[in-house]
Amino acid sequence: MDILYLLIPVSVVLVGLIALVLLWAVKHGQFEDMEGPAYRILLDDDSPVIPSQDSKSEKTDAKTNDLSI
Amino acid sequence: MEATYNYKVVRQFAIMTVVWGIVGMLVGVLIAAQLIWPDITLQLPWLSYGRLRPLHTNAVIFAFGGCGLFATSLYIVQRTCQARLLSDGLAAFIFWGWQLVILSAAVSFIFGVTTGKEYAELEWPIDLLITVIWVSYAVLFFGTIMKRKTQHIYVANWFFGAYILTIAVLHLVNSAELPWILGGSTSLVGMFKSYPVYAGVQDAMVQWWYGHNAVGFFLTTAFLGMMYYFVPKQAGRPIFSYRLSVVHFWALNFIYMWAGPHHLLNTALPDWAQSLGMVFSLMLIAPSWGGMMNGIMTLSGAWHKLRTDPILKFLITSLSFYGMSTFEGPMMSVKTVNALSHYTEWNIAHVHSGSLGWVAMITIGSLYYLIPRLFGREEMYSTRLINVHFWWSTIGVVLYIAAMWVAGVAQGLMWRATNADGTLTYSFAQSVNAMYPFYTIRLVGGTMFFLGMLIMAFNVWKTIAAGKAVNDAAIPQAVHA
Repeated sequence: MDILYLLIPVSVVLVGLIALVLLWAVKHGQFEDMEGPAYRILLDDDSPVIPSQDSKSEKTDAKTNDLSI
Repeated sequence: MEATYNYKVVRQFAIMTVVWGIVGMLVGVLIAAQLIWPDITLQLPWLSYGRLRPLHTNAVIFAFGGCGLFATSLYIVQRTCQARLLSDGLAAFIFWGWQLVILSAAVSFIFGVTTGKEYAELEWPIDLLITVIWVSYAVLFFGTIMKRKTQHIYVANWFFGAYILTIAVLHLVNSAELPWILGGSTSLVGMFKSYPVYAGVQDAMVQWWYGHNAVGFFLTTAFLGMMYYFVPKQAGRPIFSYRLSVVHFWALNFIYMWAGPHHLLNTALPDWAQSLGMVFSLMLIAPSWGGMMNGIMTLSGAWHKLRTDPILKFLITSLSFYGMSTFEGPMMSVKTVNALSHYTEWNIAHVHSGSLGWVAMITIGSLYYLIPRLFGREEMYSTRLINVHFWWSTIGVVLYIAAMWVAGVAQGLMWRATNADGTLTYSFAQSVNAMYPFYTIRLVGGTMFFLGMLIMAFNVWKTIAAGKAVNDAAIPQAVHA
């Protein structure tokens, strides 16, 4: 079963990558707010035009929050 | 250009989802009929069961399911990131490239060109084309996430991201093959023929590491991304627990990768590898059921909507099938159960409860939500017809899987039945003969599901005819500001 010497390392590397992405997500505040995102998709009015102002300020706010943590 | 979302590619993929759904399911109905009337295709080699079966599986998975995933993932990533796709050109390339893959797949299967690896039957030139398209898809999807205007990446995008990355790795490893022309073949058939770089049980292990994770990441993870957007949107309620959806995602990713050996229980695969596959399969119940409950409980406090909204019926029923098949799967991974179920029609029941009940129904529900919005309509042409479609599909699936369950258990029991002197009680032909009534019920169920798709096509046609493509031309930013 030499193939396991390929498949297990490939799977371990993949799981390692997944773990890295998880760490990135934790560090970048992806899981700070576990309520808001669920409501945010409902606040989207489904207009075909991309909102220009409000969302940008939200991103800046979130970034400042990141720095303060 | 920045002011609008790219709906064009979403529209193209959405329409082709319906078209390929009809084609793929029609081929399914045809091969189901062949099992009852073997000569129904007049013994034409191009339409023989062995050639049409991979055409059916590839058409429903990669053409119907694939187009559905392209449409919804590219829609969701734009809306939840509040950003237009990274590149319109790349989007168009992916659409036309994927249609080319589908057409060349269909032609090659009919002419008997196949690698013989299940769900990876396509020969090397098409494999290379898929690689190019998939890398473009990854660039387009992750590029759009990079230019997002929101800080948070909505959970549906995480599911789509995992699916895109994993399918890339699976495709590259499993399709590693040596084209025969490298060995000097000069014949026409030889040009397309290739052999896997793995052999024997090694090849079987790679194949089912691929096969299982293709089901896990293509047919499950990706469609969960669809679920996490369209169920809350259609219900008008936030997902039951956003936190649970995040846990669902990470748990699924960490566990899924190790369950592949359950396809090779009681074979030449080392026993410890079989046990590993079985244990991880059993563990999968936890995240799967967590996700299923999360989706269904989104309706808590609004159950009355199920009475009037057939789109929600599709979405919630699909989740019930997801729950059923993700319970059944781990059960079938238990070695003793597998000793009965393996190689029988039970697998066909399991696969179709997942593919028709879960994958097709969540896709159909999502398309009914999506299509009016892509064509500037409030809703589909006829809600009544959606309801009719829902009942045809549901009754069709139930007939299909119930027939195959009974058939599978009967088959398994007949194969293992022995007389007192140790000889087999039934010949193989007797077990085939016992299948006829169940094959007939399955054909009826499958045909009903197929007819439901025709109703959908009519409804989509009327909706599009009365609507107008949204975002066909870019809207200048100034108008909005």
